[in-house]
Amino acid sequence: MPGAIYAEGLVKTFGDVKALDGVDLDVPEGTVLGLLGPNGAGKTTSVRCLTTLLRPDRGKAVVAGIDVFKQPDAVRRSIGLSGQFAAVDEYLTGRENLQMVGQLYQMRAKAAKARADELLEQFHLADAADRTAKTYSGGMRRRLDLAAALVVSPPVMFMDEPTTGLDPRNRQQLWDVIKQLVSGGTTLLLTTQYLEEADHLAHDIAVVDHGRVIAQGTSDQLKARTGGERVEVVVHEREHIQAASALLDRFSLRGPDQGGTKVEEHMRKITTPVSGGAKLLAEIIRELDVRGIEIDDIGLRRPTLDDVFLSLTGHAAEAEGEDGEQPGAGQSGTGQGRPHRKEAAT
Amino acid sequence: MSAVTDAVRIAAPGNPIGQSIRDSLIVAKRNLIRMARIPEVVIFGIVQPIMFVVLFSYVFGGSMNIGGTTSPQVYREFLMAGIFAQTVTFATAGAGAGIAEDMHKGLIDRFRSLPMARGAVLTGRTLADLVQTALTLLVLAVVALLVGWRTHTSAGEVLAAFGLLLLTGYAFTWIGAVIGLSVRTPEAATSGGLVWLFPVTFVSNAFVDTDQMTPWLRHIAEWNPFSATVQACRELFGNPGVSTSDAWPMQHPVWASLIWSVLIILVFRTLAVRKYRSATV
Repeated sequence: MPGAIYAEGLVKTFGDVKALDGVDLDVPEGTVLGLLGPNGAGKTTSVRCLTTLLRPDRGKAVVAGIDVFKQPDAVRRSIGLSGQFAAVDEYLTGRENLQMVGQLYQMRAKAAKARADELLEQFHLADAADRTAKTYSGGMRRRLDLAAALVVSPPVMFMDEPTTGLDPRNRQQLWDVIKQLVSGGTTLLLTTQYLEEADHLAHDIAVVDHGRVIAQGTSDQLKARTGGERVEVVVHEREHIQAASALLDRFSLRGPDQGGTKVEEHMRKITTPVSGGAKLLAEIIRELDVRGIEIDDIGLRRPTLDDVFLSLTGHAAEAEGEDGEQPGAGQSGTGQGRPHRKEAAT
Repeated sequence: MSAVTDAVRIAAPGNPIGQSIRDSLIVAKRNLIRMARIPEVVIFGIVQPIMFVVLFSYVFGGSMNIGGTTSPQVYREFLMAGIFAQTVTFATAGAGAGIAEDMHKGLIDRFRSLPMARGAVLTGRTLADLVQTALTLLVLAVVALLVGWRTHTSAGEVLAAFGLLLLTGYAFTWIGAVIGLSVRTPEAATSGGLVWLFPVTFVSNAFVDTDQMTPWLRHIAEWNPFSATVQACRELFGNPGVSTSDAWPMQHPVWASLIWSVLIILVFRTLAVRKYRSATV
């Protein structure tokens, strides 16, 4: 039985541009799929096809057990969509916005009002409920938009880049809301340019590039494809590089000529692929100590989704780049490469 | 998948016509709230025709020959039906700009992902514009009375004239809807919604007597849907300058106005709803 969101061979061409070039997706009920890719990869077009907004040239899609292109109206009753822009009416208050959406989901006026109050409370908007959305900050608008998508507690949700443009605090807040939602059994398809976000929220990740899914799996599976974990050592003295490098070679999975131990002289950093986790790390520290090699930093580094993307596509995710700071020798390298845009409050 | 069936039950589709009316009214309410919160738009919509009344009455009055006289008083009475009709058609631009803005801001996507009646977003908008048009007409009629406009017929006939004007205005907002759905920005919808209205309202009987036009222009003016409404209003108000041309719409202006309006609604509503359904930003 196909999942709550199922797509097969979706193709959509705009003029000369092939936005979708055969997208296949299968999201089991109650799970989260992160659709990860740079701008223009086909994420939004996929979402638009699955939410009845766009008809693909070819392909099949089933959402909540209903054929999307044969019974679009029935699908609309079972989905919630939070698009790329906060689609709220600026001149309506938060409450009026939610009430209107509820009524357009065919709820009675009274029920829609009660539901609006509930959501405003849940999304920490109760204090701002009677102010027009024009006065809201970017984060508040996003929350209102998400609340609007949840008015009927739809079993299947789509979120297109839900945290684009939010500051770290608001992003964290929205993540908490999304996690809460998913723990209630909602099936969610989420698009993002942020590897960290997919890592954080999604059970499964589908990497899209040029209108195709080029890889799919759990975050761990994808990371494993880029070569598992590595030990990274930064020595204190330049003359110790040689000795430390020889030591790490002993623990390395591969010889130096097969992509094994790597030395970055200017940073006094030595890296090598290993398997064995924390136990191995402790052993290396002991050995270094015995040899009197003083270290500034040591860590077990797992490949980040950035590494995954790079190795899968041969190019970096385009949204990244300007913020290419490496995360020292941290445990698992999250928190990198995300441009922290300022929240747009007007 | 019990969650799925629950959600479907919440929104089990009822009678489609009932749903369509209900959804349209919900959207109309939303647009009326917006209008009340952005009163500038409504105020400028009222000021503009008042300016036309004053400028045309005092600048052109006295130099226009209507039915063999150049009396300013006669021109003022002649003019008002034209200004009323022009005013209702200018609502087109507002409808277009509003719909283009909704597209631009992603609201149309939200509406299109909801299980609501397909035409309701547009019908709701045009109904809200109709309310605004009625309000504008009311204020304008008072101003017209102040500058000396009078009707010389029964209250029923006067009301019928205003009814025809509102229907014409409503029909034109559907043209605005198509324009709004066809352009990429709200700004383009505003100018695109206005520019074609100038030839339509000026190549007509609204401000001058068509008998004084060159024959080919006169034919266009007499068959202009807009002229039919103006002629019908003059007749129903008992105002001077009713054309004696034997062109069919000038002989039967009330019918002509009704037919034109219904035709415009049928054609442009169909076009607009089709465009809405396939709208992409």
